[in-house]
Amino acid sequence: MATVAAGPRLVANPIGWLKHERRWALVFSYFALFVFMIFFLGPPYYMLVTSLKTNQEIANLATNPWIIADGITFEHYWKLFAETGFLTFFKNTVIVTLAVVAITMVVSILAAYALARLKFWGAGILALGIFLTYLVPETLLFIPLFKFIGWLGLLNNYVSLIVVYPTISIPFCTWIMIGYFSSIPRELDDAALIDGCNHWQMLWLVFIPVALPGIIAATIFAFTVSWAGFIYPLAFLYSQDQQVLTVGTVTSLIRGDVFHWGGLMAGALLAAAPPVLVYAFLMDYYIAGLTSGATKG
Amino acid sequence: MSQQTGVPWRRRQRTFGRHSGLLDWFSSRSTVGVLMCLPVILIIGILVVYPFVFSIYLSMLNKPETEFVGLGNYVFLWGRETFWMVVRQSLIFTFFAVLFKVLIGLAVAHIIHHLPDRGQRLWRGLALIPWVIPPALGTLGWWWLFEPRYSAFNWLLQGMGFEAIAWLSDVFWARFAVVTVNVWYGAPFFMIMYLAALKTIPAELYDAAKVDGASPWQQFIYVTLPMMRNIIAITILFSTIVTFANFDIVRVLTQGGPRNSTHLFATYAFRVGIETGDVPLGAAVSLFMFPILAVLAYFILRNVRDRSERV
Repeated sequence: MATVAAGPRLVANPIGWLKHERRWALVFSYFALFVFMIFFLGPPYYMLVTSLKTNQEIANLATNPWIIADGITFEHYWKLFAETGFLTFFKNTVIVTLAVVAITMVVSILAAYALARLKFWGAGILALGIFLTYLVPETLLFIPLFKFIGWLGLLNNYVSLIVVYPTISIPFCTWIMIGYFSSIPRELDDAALIDGCNHWQMLWLVFIPVALPGIIAATIFAFTVSWAGFIYPLAFLYSQDQQVLTVGTVTSLIRGDVFHWGGLMAGALLAAAPPVLVYAFLMDYYIAGLTSGATKG
Repeated sequence: MSQQTGVPWRRRQRTFGRHSGLLDWFSSRSTVGVLMCLPVILIIGILVVYPFVFSIYLSMLNKPETEFVGLGNYVFLWGRETFWMVVRQSLIFTFFAVLFKVLIGLAVAHIIHHLPDRGQRLWRGLALIPWVIPPALGTLGWWWLFEPRYSAFNWLLQGMGFEAIAWLSDVFWARFAVVTVNVWYGAPFFMIMYLAALKTIPAELYDAAKVDGASPWQQFIYVTLPMMRNIIAITILFSTIVTFANFDIVRVLTQGGPRNSTHLFATYAFRVGIETGDVPLGAAVSLFMFPILAVLAYFILRNVRDRSERV
């Protein structure tokens, strides 16, 4: 029906009709995008709104929960610092994350260089093994690792996380670094060799500077894995002074207050802020790493 | 080719003996290779391979870990109704979550791809935010949205004249909720992958299709989808593994309830192995994931190898 009606106009003024159609397509696109954005950003928005409301307003069932009517308060944030273990969790998380990032980057850069350039015996099998390890979810191994950490005497000690997180971050980082290193032209190697570099110098003076975008992407990934880890701290840590942000926010902030929603949302937002900020400033590296991880192979 | 120009030079350097014996050994190709890979070999060996093998052994012990019971734990689980509910829920959860992640990911990628260039970066950046928030913390926000008394969703529903829904205490809605949160968290990842793939499809293909009179829908079916077949397959495979093995979302949102109806393998293993203290039985629950993960890993490897052969 519609096509019949549009037919004569199409003949009379095809350009105008196409423009008209394209504009409507664009309007429809923006509308659909708007709906999806509400789905994606609604929950973080609601967390922010809740964290800035007074307890009275949160408790009031009659008012619109999606907006702040009674004025903004930072009381939940102050309480978080003054009355909970939030700063301890933050400190622990920072220590764990720095250590995990350092270990991950050293180990995976070395391995990736060797696997990308030095065709030694067994390199192919090792690369396959690293890829398979990347596919092993942490939930498959947390129970034996729980026993293993107990055997090391590291239960309820955040050092245990420094031990186990590299098993998740290293395979992925090695994998994307292999991709970045492989894309470096071999002429650079040759030039470095002619200048008398050995492999260690070549890695340090040529590969690392040239593959810097890849290194940044891998660092962001290791950071994210370590910052967001949940099942290992939940299984390994139980006292407040050893806890990290994710588990600390989810478990201990709930008990603190009778009416805890404001504080809980404030805690969740602050705990999520560092990865979000890193992402905001390094978005292009982040996305490049993400897309190369699954597509380069 | 360029490799061949590099190697003789290195050999010559060595025969001229500019290095001492030890230094020479230290910088020889395979020694350096093995040395550089040693840390990763040790870490994977000690913290992945060994725990996996140990886990198989562990799952064959009795609860106090004093006696070897063979397949006893597996047989026990096999006969439990709760366990089968976990199996069913894991499959349903994975199927619907991955399906909607693909659909929403494709839809949003398409919309953003066809927007004017200037806005694309901003929208892409905003849409990826759920993926950047640690899932345990993002789920807290959802938990508050679903809270029985104060649910902001119910406020909207009631405002529109509907009944309030008991989101997390009704079996159907609780299952709906965990899938929704998983889709919210994972769809941005699919969107990013598809958007990157869309940018690589040559515009000439669409021009040719348009000349042949293809409608936008036909262009999508006959040009876009075939060009993206590979990336869609690989994202589905990867995401199926991660979704199937999910823990954080269910753990924070429902803790497996109501009446164990939202438990996945991982959350059930945690409940049994860590919280009730039956470590061997918990190990057995998570090992039940292994066959399915192995099949998925096989397909991923095949896909990756096919592609590297074609390139």
